[in-house]
Amino acid sequence: MRDALVSALIERAEQDPNIILLTGDLGFGVFEEYAERHPKQFFNVGIGEQNMVGVAAGLALSGKKIVVYSIGNFPTLRCLEQIRNDVCYHDLDVILVCQGGGFNYGGLGMSHHATEDLSIMRAMPGIKVVAPSSRSSAKDAINDLLSEGGPGYLRLEKTNADKWLENHYCLGKANVLVDGDDVAIFAVGGIVSEAVEARKILFEKHGVSCRVIDVFTLKPFDANQVLQAAKEVKGIITIEENNLLGGLYGAVAEILCANNSCVPVVGIGMKDAYTSIVGSQDYLRSYYGIDKVSICNAALGLLAKV
Amino acid sequence: MDCLRMVHAGGSSHIGSALSCVDILAVLYGDVMNYRSNHPGWEGRDRFVLSKGHAGVAVYAVLAEVGFFPKKELLSHYKDGSIFSGHVSHKGIPGVELSTGSLGHGLPVAVGMALAAKLDQRENRVFVLIGDGELMEGSNWEAALLSAHQKLDNLVLVIDRNNLQSIDTTEATVALESIERKFRAFNWDVVEVDGHCHESLARIFNASNNEAPLLVIANTIKGKGVSFMENNVAWHYKCPDDDLLKQALAELGCR
Repeated sequence: MRDALVSALIERAEQDPNIILLTGDLGFGVFEEYAERHPKQFFNVGIGEQNMVGVAAGLALSGKKIVVYSIGNFPTLRCLEQIRNDVCYHDLDVILVCQGGGFNYGGLGMSHHATEDLSIMRAMPGIKVVAPSSRSSAKDAINDLLSEGGPGYLRLEKTNADKWLENHYCLGKANVLVDGDDVAIFAVGGIVSEAVEARKILFEKHGVSCRVIDVFTLKPFDANQVLQAAKEVKGIITIEENNLLGGLYGAVAEILCANNSCVPVVGIGMKDAYTSIVGSQDYLRSYYGIDKVSICNAALGLLAKV
Repeated sequence: MDCLRMVHAGGSSHIGSALSCVDILAVLYGDVMNYRSNHPGWEGRDRFVLSKGHAGVAVYAVLAEVGFFPKKELLSHYKDGSIFSGHVSHKGIPGVELSTGSLGHGLPVAVGMALAAKLDQRENRVFVLIGDGELMEGSNWEAALLSAHQKLDNLVLVIDRNNLQSIDTTEATVALESIERKFRAFNWDVVEVDGHCHESLARIFNASNNEAPLLVIANTIKGKGVSFMENNVAWHYKCPDDDLLKQALAELGCR
């Protein structure tokens, strides 16, 4: 997804001289072409995320459109108050980009596992929260965030997925990747691939028909997709590489609760815990039960109760 | 005087902090900065950022004084439904460049403003005022490094050096001295001035920076101008009652 970000930024910065990319000394070997083509629109502001986001706010208050780049929890938790007070309260054109959501940096340990960012950023008034699932939707995300303006949070991951759909992803709109009428699986971010695989297993081995929804934008949230699913399927599953508190599971539950829906929901994600081991992303997904196996078990469990 | 009236009317705190820096604001808005009170968003304006947001009444009073909005609005400060919050807020208040309140936010944002002016080849300058105790926030030092690295000669940082912070003196809390040597080591230019002497302040602010950001250490007195507030840390919190307001205003020459 990072390459998609860079190529989109190179293009957009060409068209709009007010676009500026700030990095907190991360992105070795990533931004060379961008920096070469737009030297006045690129600053490595060093290791200091609070300062970086404050500087982004000051630039944006002067009419610039800022993309702030860092990895893991650094562009969010490390500078959360700058995001809240300086960027969001002033409603500024600042997009915070996190490379390495969830267990992406699996081997690096707990400090580098971003497993609360979606919940925390979602709780911030005035910011859009986007977690694409493929290189193609990552490009759509950065383009839409730049076009719409205002504060944004973009969670990127390393992924093998080029694209799940031909159509353009739009902010605020969830996409049905495959239709089905037994269970709806809502997935956000790169974990969408697990939902797609689980659907295949459920269909081929158990004859279960699943709808897979690529949420894409966690905020503003596409409530209609949830309400429609609640009417049309027997149960809903949410999956995220994120704490279950306040992220996708929270968003779906809030909508169902507010609409008096009785459809059963199973949330798959981190169970209010930190990681304490390392491993590949696949290993950690499996270890923490955030994978296709968990989805299959949840779906069969839901249907057994119906 | 308007600061005192606001704090009294609203029952708010931090009057000592406001009186400590209000001379600096008066000089900046009276004798130094270019701005248009009838066009607050004018691109060519000099920017002022109050990072010690708890002295918000000083900004509100000065902005009203120079015509950004009517003075009568000031007295809603701190009251139910007011937009004139204890810590300075920009929402609905023309002339406020940045809402602050949590310390250590102003300098990084000011660095961004100064960098933008450089990129756009605008001549405007950026002034940012922080409290001395506020220097304990690490974000200031991140910003100090970057602004020197970027040679932001359009950036002026003013430290309101009244020596007092929330509970005790800065030196008894976490010693700051020598501020001058610290900033010089960060490749800043540094000058020291009496923070209540309008002439000296104006002279320093009106001179151009050399090829570096400039730190102005403004030696001030917390609660300046009101004898029973001066250098008394209690006035970081206390609010004057009717009698003390009268006494304070009289000391400031207001009948």
